[in-house]
Amino acid sequence: MARRACAAADRTGHAILHTLYQQCLKHQAEFFVEYIALDLLMDDNGKCVGVLALCMDDGKIHRFRGHQTVLATGGYGRVYFSCTSAHTCTGDGNAMVLRAGLPLQDMEFVQFHPTGVYGAGVLITEGSRGEGGYLTNSEGERFMERYAPTAKDLASRDVVSRSMTIEINEGRGVGPNKDHIFMHLEHIDPATLHMRLPGISETAKIFCGVDVTKEPIPVLPTVHYNMGGIPTNYNGEVVTRKGNDQNAVVSGLMAIGEAACVSVHGANRLGTNSLLDIVVFGRAAAQRALKTVEKGALHAPLPKRVTDKILARLDKMRHAKGDISVGEIRNSMQNAMQKHAAVFRSNSSMNEGVKKVDTIANNLDGVGIKDRSLIFNTDLVEALELENLMQQAIVTIKSADQRKESRGAHSHEDYPDRDDKDWMKHTIMWLNEKNKTKLDYRDVHLNTLTNEVASIPPAARVY
Amino acid sequence: MAEFALPRHSKIVKGIEYPYKGDTKNSRKVNVYRWSPDDDENPRIDSYTIDLDDCGPMVLDALIKIKQEIDSSLTFRRSCREGICGSCSMNIDGTNTLACLKSIEDVKGEINIYPLPHMDVVKDLVPDLTKAYAQLTSVKPWLQTDTKPEKGKSRKQSPKEREQIDGLWECVLCFSCTTSCPSYWWNGDKYLGPAVLLQAYRWIADSRDENTNERLDDLEDSFKLYRCHTIMNCTKTCPKGLNPAKAIGEIKKLQLERK
Repeated sequence: MARRACAAADRTGHAILHTLYQQCLKHQAEFFVEYIALDLLMDDNGKCVGVLALCMDDGKIHRFRGHQTVLATGGYGRVYFSCTSAHTCTGDGNAMVLRAGLPLQDMEFVQFHPTGVYGAGVLITEGSRGEGGYLTNSEGERFMERYAPTAKDLASRDVVSRSMTIEINEGRGVGPNKDHIFMHLEHIDPATLHMRLPGISETAKIFCGVDVTKEPIPVLPTVHYNMGGIPTNYNGEVVTRKGNDQNAVVSGLMAIGEAACVSVHGANRLGTNSLLDIVVFGRAAAQRALKTVEKGALHAPLPKRVTDKILARLDKMRHAKGDISVGEIRNSMQNAMQKHAAVFRSNSSMNEGVKKVDTIANNLDGVGIKDRSLIFNTDLVEALELENLMQQAIVTIKSADQRKESRGAHSHEDYPDRDDKDWMKHTIMWLNEKNKTKLDYRDVHLNTLTNEVASIPPAARVY
Repeated sequence: MAEFALPRHSKIVKGIEYPYKGDTKNSRKVNVYRWSPDDDENPRIDSYTIDLDDCGPMVLDALIKIKQEIDSSLTFRRSCREGICGSCSMNIDGTNTLACLKSIEDVKGEINIYPLPHMDVVKDLVPDLTKAYAQLTSVKPWLQTDTKPEKGKSRKQSPKEREQIDGLWECVLCFSCTTSCPSYWWNGDKYLGPAVLLQAYRWIADSRDENTNERLDDLEDSFKLYRCHTIMNCTKTCPKGLNPAKAIGEIKKLQLERK
């Protein structure tokens, strides 16, 4: 068993991000900084031939033609009220794929990380429990020993998040409102904290005024990662279902990172594994593109209507004069999702959620923005991002509503068991211009592609 | 006779006042620099009074609240809201910092917010950082080596060697330090500034890098490096608690030692 995860203290993301940027500078990659991608350019044969983008700095529209477009637009944590991800995590690529008439996959699987800082939602890394941190309830009990006798606090994220939620629901939460849980690090040697967890020591100090060498951190399960996204094969190529062909490659389009659903994470990602989305499959996509893109190949002329449609959408939003603000609609969407598509789900709650989200989505017709400028118009950008979020919210809650079982991050109170017979399959869902969804399924790949490693049959998860 | 006049758009005028309409005992006035490139108006200070009982603890929370509830045209950069991305650097209460890490509680009285000083303003609180990023590229901030690592192996570094880059690699490139430096204000076209020099030293101090001498040669310049006059504003302002002034001092020391 491998017992090692590559890390740079608790700032692995920072280290990777800066190394990537430095290498891009070294290889003179051309950046288009603060360009907002509006939509994919899709030709009449359903091939992706590039992307249309708005330069925020001067408001110019740029048509990027490409034989291979790679979406690396990340997750859509901001569909929820409380998430660990950045304000910019609005899943723009996912929404562009929906608008291109392609499906998203497994959108019901939304991971709640056990340890988001109560209130701020800022992430306290799993590494803190890896170093020996543990959770307690209002009785001071290390309750994870009850739920997962072997793995305890290091059980997988969905298990820990559910256990914490049960503790809170049963009245054993901490704080004046008994609505969160404590995470303890104060028993760990301060030198170790300083060496291994400098980032979260700083975060806890700034965001909750806690000195981790002396007091516990108030934490709460917080939306962290989307297992679902744009369905791809192991080469990073976007796939869709066409009739009986479940693996039909969408020509010219790839997706990598959290945006993609290669589905190595299934219904619940394990800690550290998000890196393989990019380190393994990002690389695979690059190698595939190198093989498939012909050097010097010309671009076919693009019908004007392709860009006209996208520009019409932009124009509509730029001149939106309704009386409901972006913030208002975003808040109600985030609250509805937080309430109805959370750690625990039920038929009645999700039915109500579906109706609510549909109603809120209709409010987008009445949205209004104030800034009409073309230069650095964040009012407009937030409105476009809201539309992107909304389309993913609809697909997420409807995907969740139709899955009548519990699996990984999808925990259904009316169907508490995993049902491999009927439900070991990927949900794929399309969304049309009227926000109506279409549902289908894809088979799960259960076998490895070579004989190097034997396939592992699915088994019940026991911690 | 040379004509002395303030540059266009440098005089800031009083702007719009947005009073708090509800009932609260915990209101606070936030004064924000506004400037739009779309008209010929001078910059102005808009004042928003908000209810702190219904607002997150950080200055960024206040800005987001204003944008969401009062004035959606207010323009600023933000992303991670946890001091990692470096987007929301601005001048708050007279100090350059990250809005997401600056607690409202730490500001006494009215909260005054301006863009990072001495950079061109794109709009409101958004500065143009093109030049600063170009300067970063100029110090070649990547590992430079002549030798090849053992096949299939990574380049080794002892814990002690690794320690040498602590306090350097954590920089989030928010340029709070650079834009707080009077030397950079005067000679920003030629002086690299503290953020970029910290990055330069990060690679000089890295035991794996094999181009230390070339790096030092590149910096041996009366402007690029020696415009640092140890004013220490950089270290005082860094929202991540790093010490660019010390890094610059180390570069100067190495220059002396190799002479």
